[in-house]
Amino acid sequence: MDPFTTHEHEVLVIGAGGAGLRAAIEASALGCRTAVVCKSLLGKAHTVMAEGGVAAALSNVDDRDSWKVHFADTMRGGQYLNNWRMVEHHAREAPARVRELEAWGAVFDRTPDGRILQRNFGGHRYPRLAHVGDRTGLEMIRTLQDHGVHQGLDVFMEMTVIDLLRDGDRVVGAVGYDRERGRFHVWRAGAVVLATGGIGRAFRITSNSWEYTGDGHALAYRAGAELVDMEFVQFHPTGMVWPPSVRGILVTEGVRGEGGVLRNKDGRRFMFDDIPDNYKAQTADSEDEGWRYTQGDKSARRPPELLTRDHVARCINREVKAGRGTPHGGVYLDIAWIKARIPDAEEHIRKKLPSMHHQFLQLANLDITREPMEVGPTTHYVMGGVRVEGDTQMSTVPGLFAAGEVAGGLHGANRLGGNSLSDLLVFGKRAGEHAAKFARERGAGALDRAQVDSAIDAALAPFDHGIEGGGESPYAIQSDLQQIMQDYVGIVRLEDEMARALHGIGLLAKRAEHAAAVGHREYNPGWHSAIDLRNLLTVAEAVTRCAMERKESRGAQFREDYPGKSEECSKFNLVVRRGADGSMGLERRPVAPLPEELAAVVKENA
Amino acid sequence: MPATTFRIWRGDPTSAQFKEYTTDISEGMVVLDAVHQIQAENAPDLACRWNCKAGKCGSCSAEINGRPRLMCMTRMDELPPGETVTIEPMRAFPHVRDLVTDVSWNFGVKERIKRFRPRKPDAPDGTWRMQQTDVDRVQEFRKCIECFLCQDVCHVLRDHHKHEEFVGPRYLVHLAALEMHPLDTEERVREIRRAHGIGYCNITKCCTKVCPEHITITDNAIIPLKERVVDEFYDPLTRLLRVFKPRRGASKDG
Ligand SMILES: Cc1cc2nc3c(=O)[nH]c(=O)nc-3n(C[C@H](O)[C@H](O)[C@H](O)COP(=O)(O)OP(=O)(O)OC[C@H]3O[C@@H](n4cnc5c(N)ncnc54)[C@H](O)[C@@H]3O)c2cc1C
Ligand code: SF4
Ligand code: SF4
Ligand code: FES
Repeated sequence: MDPFTTHEHEVLVIGAGGAGLRAAIEASALGCRTAVVCKSLLGKAHTVMAEGGVAAALSNVDDRDSWKVHFADTMRGGQYLNNWRMVEHHAREAPARVRELEAWGAVFDRTPDGRILQRNFGGHRYPRLAHVGDRTGLEMIRTLQDHGVHQGLDVFMEMTVIDLLRDGDRVVGAVGYDRERGRFHVWRAGAVVLATGGIGRAFRITSNSWEYTGDGHALAYRAGAELVDMEFVQFHPTGMVWPPSVRGILVTEGVRGEGGVLRNKDGRRFMFDDIPDNYKAQTADSEDEGWRYTQGDKSARRPPELLTRDHVARCINREVKAGRGTPHGGVYLDIAWIKARIPDAEEHIRKKLPSMHHQFLQLANLDITREPMEVGPTTHYVMGGVRVEGDTQMSTVPGLFAAGEVAGGLHGANRLGGNSLSDLLVFGKRAGEHAAKFARERGAGALDRAQVDSAIDAALAPFDHGIEGGGESPYAIQSDLQQIMQDYVGIVRLEDEMARALHGIGLLAKRAEHAAAVGHREYNPGWHSAIDLRNLLTVAEAVTRCAMERKESRGAQFREDYPGKSEECSKFNLVVRRGADGSMGLERRPVAPLPEELAAVVKENA
Repeated sequence: MPATTFRIWRGDPTSAQFKEYTTDISEGMVVLDAVHQIQAENAPDLACRWNCKAGKCGSCSAEINGRPRLMCMTRMDELPPGETVTIEPMRAFPHVRDLVTDVSWNFGVKERIKRFRPRKPDAPDGTWRMQQTDVDRVQEFRKCIECFLCQDVCHVLRDHHKHEEFVGPRYLVHLAALEMHPLDTEERVREIRRAHGIGYCNITKCCTKVCPEHITITDNAIIPLKERVVDEFYDPLTRLLRVFKPRRGASKDG
């Protein structure tokens, strides 16, 4: 049996992005011995890549904003499938969480009167996103990291958790390996917080890094927890499309917030051609009104480029399919045009969008202050995740909490831009607080050696297969899975294509049993990919099954065979759980109705 | 660009050498893409770090043809055409395997630097007021992605191994960001001179040249910090005044 090292903590946080760090800071501030485990180095998690901003109704730029408007915007964006309790906490608490970052040293861009500046973003009625140029995530993660390291967190960098450990119905720890040496570790804890982020690597074109293999979703699922809303995967409308090696890399919505416009190859602002009824009242009639909105004119309504992401992504998709796309299969995103409207436009663009400017110059040889960019949809975010209780963030398994992208519920059928960074802060804090409480009340659980051994055996299996022994490269299997998901469960979905995908996933699961690793255990990416496959396959199956079950188009899910919304489908969330026989079970769960006060808030802010 | 040959440092501290790989290069590829392609085609166990592929996370630092750079932001078509590309790990840090080095020393340094301590809030609602012009400089420093390329190139660390005595350019930038933060009230000048060893820097500017975020490390961060140290330690008047009048955070940036 392979040896392992055991670490004892009160709270174990898996993931060191915004959600994980915020949870760990809270748990340790409450006096709990807290461990943070992450796959990469500290400060490199996905959160570092976030660009546009963090949504909070600070009302610094427009005093008409309030938590109520933020609440209504988020519910509308999520098409009312959201967990309303989470939406309420989020809208009420985000401002305090953002201000707290300032107290910890974050330096946001400023308003003329010296307060935190806020910018426009899709689906938000008023300028609401606190930001630092287009590197808000960096500011956030660095602030949390620097605050956290002085608080005595035990950080385990470059270690990957492969399974959760249970004592009866309760989660009491986790087992994982360190990437550097390939040795195994067990963390024993009174409570575990999952903050592992998303699943983007299940698709070919994505803005997500290698880390996003759905580990947390799959760990929770294997431990018996429920996942919710897995059919809702956000395709961000603007990813890079050229050159091929950068395909999918994100182009922040901030470009459109600053006045950038979308055009097809004929130069037409096609977004004006298709404005959904429920957004008509809030959308500009003319190009001029849209421009004035981006420049802070309070009497103007937002340009259609700032409609929700699902809608913009589909419009782009339609333009390209109809043959009105750019040479490399995207559409044009033009910020350079603002030269016609303001002096010093080039300087303004460089100041407001410095990393976009740099990214295009360096990677695509293109100067965005002079030329339009070519963009197209990219897999970006998963709304679905571990089903949690709205106040505590505890999953359906006692002792297991989830926060951030890995948790489901806040965003419903579609997430508004900027609502993720605020999600991390609000629910990271809540998860940390309640995990600490749970750990203090319940103490440590018992470790079951057999669970540890079987997790370790499964992780080492790829070395037994060997390429000669009929084993297969994990990269090939992963690549085939990404292609299937991209082609059949992507931005436009159809019943029979998804059935084909499901069948394909089944075959890939068989192949994955023979995924082989060659070489050593030390820092071996091939081995790590072989281990990740199982998680990717679980989330791919969950996404596909839920997408098939929801026979309607709503939010991020667009079904060509059911292009409209259905009344029946508006009444349930889909919940996935592992059945006793190990197969994936699917259930319709009624959406909890809004309490009267909140229903009124939605109505007032329609 | 057709097939290109790469010399990549392979192995661990006990035994390592360059190995050659040839792979096809297509339009727009960066060095990191080539490394991934080699991984998928020939060397599944080739170790390297990366996350964002867009110059935002600072994971993929390496020495490309002898220059410290981010692999994800180095385009193949800016390297000399037809020539072999050499990729090595950062040499100033202990080797782990292939292109991966042990950079944990850096994380330890940060723990030794006193954290941010803000002045009392300016407004009754617990918030502060800062003008954009007062935070521009600090924001420049806070662009740092902790790639540690500047640490890799600084001769004080690389050649003279003064890791005990000198925090390196990355952490002088960090200190500058704290010291010039309009809200900060902490006292760090003594440590900057002693424990953090600013005197070791002899302003060669090598760090500034490699910084992928184009932070003007030497001119904007290190030299002003050096001036502060000089003012504080060698100017009797400043010292005297400090006894009577504790510095106000807001006037720190002078
Ligand atoms: C390019 C880009 C731009 C974005 N811009 C914005 C924006 O402007 N505004 C906004 O609100 N949102 C934005 N988002 C979305 C947002 O950044 C993410 O949803 C959010 O950062 C996720 O944070 P998190 O804390 O949940 O997870 P992450 O920051 O992804 O962290 C996940 C952590 O879990 C660890 N982990 C994962 N699996 C394991 C395992 N098995 N064992 C141990 N550790 C593990 C990882 O190593 C990592 O530390 C953007 C996303 C991208 C990709
Ligand atoms: S300027 Fe100073 S810190 Fe920078 S490389 Fe030279 S000696 Fe090192
Ligand atoms: S200062 Fe520049 S070179 Fe140094 S770590 Fe930061 S980003 Fe990298
Ligand atoms: S991979 Fe993030 S900087 Fe290169």
